Formats: sequence, structure tokens, C-alpha cells
Amino acid sequence: MDEFAKTSRRAFLRGSAAVAAGTVAGQTAAQGAPDPAITELQDWASYLGVGVDETPYGLPIKFETDVVRRNVAWLTASPISSINFTPIHALEGTITPQGCAFERHHSGAIELSKDDYRLMINGLVDRPLVFTYADLERLPRENHVYFCECAANTGMEWAGAQLNGAQFTHGMIHNMEYTGVPLRTLLAEAGLDATGDLADKWVYVEGADASSNGRSIPMEKALDDVLVAFKANGEALRMEHGYPVRLVVPGWEGNMWVKWLRRIEVTDAATESREETSKYTDVHENGVARKWTWVMDAKSVITSPSPQMPITHGPGPLVVSGLAWSGHGKITRVDVSIDGGVTWQTARLGKQGDTKALTRFYLDMDWDGSEMLMQARAMDDTGYVQPTKDQLREMRGENSVYHNNCIQTWFVNEEGVAENVEVS
Amino acid sequence: MSKSLNLFLPAIGGTALVLGGAYGFMARDYGAKTIESLETRVEQSTASAASATEAARAAEAEIARLAAERDEFQAIAAAGGGLTQPAPVAEAVYGLGREALPEEIAAWDVDVLPDGRGLPVGSGDVWTGEELFVDQCAACHGDFAEGSGNWPVLAGGFGTLADEDPVKTVGSYWPYLSTSWDYINRSMPFGAAGTLSADETYAIVAYILYSNDMVDDDFVLSNETFFEIEMPNADGFVIDDRAETEYSIWRAEPCMTGCKDSVEITMHASVVDVTPEEEGMEEEAMHSEEPAAEDATGDAEVVEASVDPALIDAGKGVFRQCQSCHEVGEGASDRTGPQLNGLLGRTIGSIDGFRYSNSFKDAAEAGETWTTEALEAFLTDPRGAMSGTKMAYRGLSDPADITAVLAYIESIGAE
Repeated sequence: MDEFAKTSRRAFLRGSAAVAAGTVAGQTAAQGAPDPAITELQDWASYLGVGVDETPYGLPIKFETDVVRRNVAWLTASPISSINFTPIHALEGTITPQGCAFERHHSGAIELSKDDYRLMINGLVDRPLVFTYADLERLPRENHVYFCECAANTGMEWAGAQLNGAQFTHGMIHNMEYTGVPLRTLLAEAGLDATGDLADKWVYVEGADASSNGRSIPMEKALDDVLVAFKANGEALRMEHGYPVRLVVPGWEGNMWVKWLRRIEVTDAATESREETSKYTDVHENGVARKWTWVMDAKSVITSPSPQMPITHGPGPLVVSGLAWSGHGKITRVDVSIDGGVTWQTARLGKQGDTKALTRFYLDMDWDGSEMLMQARAMDDTGYVQPTKDQLREMRGENSVYHNNCIQTWFVNEEGVAENVEVS
Repeated sequence: MSKSLNLFLPAIGGTALVLGGAYGFMARDYGAKTIESLETRVEQSTASAASATEAARAAEAEIARLAAERDEFQAIAAAGGGLTQPAPVAEAVYGLGREALPEEIAAWDVDVLPDGRGLPVGSGDVWTGEELFVDQCAACHGDFAEGSGNWPVLAGGFGTLADEDPVKTVGSYWPYLSTSWDYINRSMPFGAAGTLSADETYAIVAYILYSNDMVDDDFVLSNETFFEIEMPNADGFVIDDRAETEYSIWRAEPCMTGCKDSVEITMHASVVDVTPEEEGMEEEAMHSEEPAAEDATGDAEVVEASVDPALIDAGKGVFRQCQSCHEVGEGASDRTGPQLNGLLGRTIGSIDGFRYSNSFKDAAEAGETWTTEALEAFLTDPRGAMSGTKMAYRGLSDPADITAVLAYIESIGAE
């Protein structure tokens, strides 16, 4: 064996020992043998890549095919009337790309073109009107980032820890920048002189799909921050999110964000449609149900580590990343516990919280490799503190289905594997 | 804006001073008789220089004022407001949109309120309702509105709302009768919404009330008898009271240390084991195996010509539209629609125990079988090809999709 070979072999052994030690101790391993990814000429550094005429509209690269919406087949009778989940565990920042933002349909997603689109405003207005899509584009518009959360998000967890993944426990949410016309502008266009006292009036909003999903919204909210939106994240809405026009009802449950919006009726009473009586009402332990529970209370979840995002790098520096939001306003603070809620430390907000929008939080920690019970607890600018699951159950029982904004617990073992658990 | 003024204004002041000085110097070389007038002009130019100085000072003051204003704007902008303004609401309307015609409003404004507003004139009896229900609703909701699979249960469940598993039906839970009439009229049957007449809707609602033991079998529901019905759970709701019952408690400074004596894990999601497998991960794994598969086919002899795998794959995609009602392949069973194994060549309407519509029963009696042509015709226009079919599907407009989906069904469900 010549000298070079001996040296190489020693270097190789040293290198693998260092890698093994690094895995255990969680420290950066010294590189023994030169890394072929660096020393060898790679195909991508030599051959040609893809031309600009290959992909007029791009999808994520093939290495990211696991970052997709998923559905839970047993939840519903049919995928046509069902929901899927945003892969929040694998996303960062706060904006949800449209292509993986959760969908919820009652009679499937429909293809409604801009040319075929009509929006009617009728009821207690001065002039019942019909708008085309082109009309909407001529009215002054605004841009706002808002979260849209299904009232049933985390609904499967009322009776106990059930689904193993942040995507499934908390993925009925997305957060986009909407471009649209304030609803108050459209109502002014139809005229509210005939409406009388606005304090006890409503708007009933209805979609154009076969489910004709409709909800009643109090006039006060309608004139406040509701948007008739036609763009999200800078581009047209996706079919599954209501192309060409959907309603945006900031801070309020997703079912009210009517997709394929076709009609707005000013009324003197709530319509009490199927979606606001038989569904989206919250049965309490005594059998009495709460109705008109529109606002989504403050909530947070650690997205990584989480069951789908185990710690793979061993002890040492660890980025704990999560999302917080409140339908009442801005997130002002998020606390994180790694011992199941005995002690808490205040996390760093990625950016100052926006009203009714997702806020990213981080805890930059040095993990010692021991077991953790990880929790996050959000606070908003009304002073509301996200409750524990036990606090919620004590107040409402286990059957309310909707509006579960409990503190979530992930158990992380010494290997870094995370699991959805409940703690005392 | 203020920044450009900052740079521009001092320049005007400086230029005025220089011009004034030059004018004064030149004036001394003229004759005496002109001196007077020149002196006057010098005075004038001195005055003008003075006034330019004054203008410059005024400009400086203006600069200071604008700078202050700029600072103010920037402070507001930093605080998140400022130049960002909500879209203006015009005093006068924009005049966009056109008047909605009465016929258009009548076509779309069909919702019904709890007080009965919006109910059209009409009626329907329980037995007519049963017939319609069995034909149009029972596939999902069961013959007696007891529900099927995961589809909603519409009858029964009385007294269960405080139980561990409440059964929320039209009878046990829904607070208003208007809601069921409105919903069935506008949104049902699933896949054929808006096709029921007012009388049919009255009849179906009458049958659902009967299934809930809320009316007798001779009951006729109409826009008049509507008001006789009392919904059992009408008083079972309270308006959102979180502000009083919860917020007052949960708006307190939270505990940071020593918040519990001990912590035990009380429940594991892995024990329940209901989380779907990571489909995306499997797909990724398939991607990485692709080159190997290509090599394998490259080396192998050309196998017997068979259906194009790409066509089957395309058909699998098309079948997504079918799979909420139909199963095919190993272990397939009937769901809302019959299982599709061995479909090609199978006698139409021949699956034991599946409740076919009449046109399928007739075809079965006549011994007709599913040929490619028959399937193509049926999938192109289900209701046209098999009148009265319960299959709530609009059909496939692209013949290529039909070819693909039939290839897929044949590939996976051949017997």
C-alpha cells in the first residue's frame, strides 16, 4: 500500500469517526475525506439545464413533491364534499402559496369564467344591481393579508390527540394577500338609503356552485373590512378558492368566505341557512348549541419540530418555528414551553403581527437531546391568551366540533421523533 | 417630495444674490447723467438682492416646514399608517353595474327565511315524498333518512344532543323548518341541485318530517301548513356568548414558571393511528425509481403489445371524478354507485343488491351488456343515454377522457 493510499484510508476512517461522533454529540463534524459533491464535477455543473420556454407556469421542483395538500378520507363521505389540509409543517414565513392552500368544497370546485361571472346585489337597497367581472375591476381596490381558517380546524382533536401531524391538526388554514373591492363600496353603489337603520340589518352572501353555500353577515361587519376579492398573492384566485371572485371576511370562520360569490342580499334578519344552523354551530356538553360564533379566537401551533418534521440533526442548535393568529386583531406575543407547560419562554416574532393575519414565531434553542413536550401559546392585542384543551373542554365539553383553539402538545423523543399527545 | 424641495430651493436663492451683485458693478461705468437712474437701478437691484435674500430665508423656513412635514409622514408610515389609505368611498356612486331585472332577481333570490318569506305557493304529501326520496335521496341518506356511510343522517337522534356522540338531524337539531326546505330546494339532490320543483321539495320535506315522527303519514306540507310545524330543538341555541363566558377569564397575564406540579402524557395519537400515510413521500420515492425502471424496459425484449400505460395513467386521473361513488379493483364493493369490476361485457344493472334505477332494470331484463359503445354513450351523456339514472354526474365531454377512464377500469378491474 503506497503512502497516498494509507493517508487516504486514515483520513477516511477519521472522517467517518467524526461523522459518527457528530451524530451523537450534535456538533458539526469535521470533514475527513474530501466531499465528492465538491471535488467531483457534477452533471448540473457541466451539462445544460432547462430552457426558458420549458415551463410557462412553474410548479415546485420534483424534490418538493411531499409539500402538498393532503386529505383524510375517513373524515367525509366523498372528496367532492370535503376538505384537505395545507402542508403548514413544511412551509415557512407567513404567505401560503395558492397551490397548496387548503380547499373545502360542499359540491366540488367549479370552473366559472370571468365572462360568465355575474354578481347581484339585491334586497333592501336603493337600486338592485348586477355587476360583471369587468365592472369590479373599475372600482377602487385594496390589498390586505388575512388568514382564512375553517371553523373545524383542530376539530378532530376535541376528544383527544388523534391526527399525527401539524398539517392534519392545524392545516385547515391559509394566509394570502388579497386584492379586492371593499364590500361597503359595492353596497354604496346599490345605495343604502332604503335600508333604514343599519344596526339590525344583515347581508346574505351566496355562492354560484351547486351547494349555493350562503351565510348571513351583520351589516356592521359588512361595512367594516369585508372584501370582494379577485386576486390572491398577486394572481387570479385558483378555481378551488373561488375563481373568479370570493368573499374575504377577515378574522371570521372560513365558511363565511363564500367562493364563486354570486349574490349579496341586504336583509332585515339572518337567513339561517343550512351552514349557519345545522353546521357551524357548536354543541356544548348540556346539548345547547352556540350559534353565530363567527370570530376565530387566538391560536398557535409549532410547525417544526412536529410529527411530520422530526429533528434529524441531533442535539445542538435547533430552530423551533411556528404560526400564530387571531381573528380579533394582531398577535402581540407567543410563549413556548418545552416541558409541557410548566415553564414558558417568550418566542421571537418573525415580524410584527398584522391584524387578522398569520404571524411567524421562532425559538432559537440549543437542544440537549432530551425529551421535550413542546407547546406554543398565543396572545393577541385584546389581551386574550390561548387556552389549554382542558380549559376549553371544561367550558364547552367535547362535542362542539368547531372553534378548537387549544394549546397543542408535541412530544419529541431523544431521537427527535415528534408525536401528537395530550398532557395532564 | 420634500427631499427634492430641500435641494432645489437654496439654489434659487443663491442665483438671485449673484445676479444682483453683477448688475451693480456694471452700472458704475456709465455717464453721470445716467448715474442717478443707475443708482436708482442699483438701489433697485440691491433691493432685489435683499428681497432675494429674504426669499431665500423664506424658502429656508419653507424647507424647514416641509422637512418637519416629511418627518411626520415618515413617522406615520413607520407606525404602519400614513400614505396607505383605504380605497375611497365616493360620495356620489361610480355608476357601475346595471339595474337587476325582476326576472333575474326572481331566478336567484330564492332563499327562504325562518318566518316563511321566500316560500313559493305549493304542496306535497308524505307518500309522494317517500317516492321522490327513495329515488333521489336514499342513495346517500338511506331509505328512511337514517343515513348511509358517512353521509348525513336526517332522521332520529332525539335526546342525544348532550350525549357523547350527538346525532344532529333535521328533527333532533335543526332549529328552523325553512332551512331544510331552502337547502333541499337550492342545493339538493347532490349533483343535480336546483332540479326539484317547489311541490317536489314540499313532498320531500314532508317525508323527512314523517321520518322524524313529527307528522302523520297523511300530512301534506304546503306554504300554509308550513307554519304548523314546531321544530323540537328551536330553543336549543344561544347566540355567541364567548365575550362574557370566556374572554373575561382568558384575558389575564399568563403563568411563566412553575405553572404545574407535574406533567404526564395522557394520550398518544399514534395509539389511535388514523393519520393517512404520506402519499407525497411515496410519489417522491417513485420519482427516484423512474430511471431504473426505464433502464429495465430498455434492456428487456419488447413485451406483448398492451394498453398504453400512459393512457391507463391518464384514466386513473379521470377516475378521480368517479371514485367518490364507484370502487374498482381488488376488494371493490358497492358504494353510492355499483362496483365496476369486470364492467366491460357485464350485463347492465346486474350487481346483486344494488338498487338500480328503472332504465338499468329494463336493460338487465333485456339482457343488454356494457359494450365500449354503450359505455361511451352513457359517459358522454348519462341522463340522455339512461333516462332516469340516479348517477348524479354531468358526463365527460372529451372522448379522450372516456377512452382513458375505460382503459383504466379495464386494467384494474378486469376479471
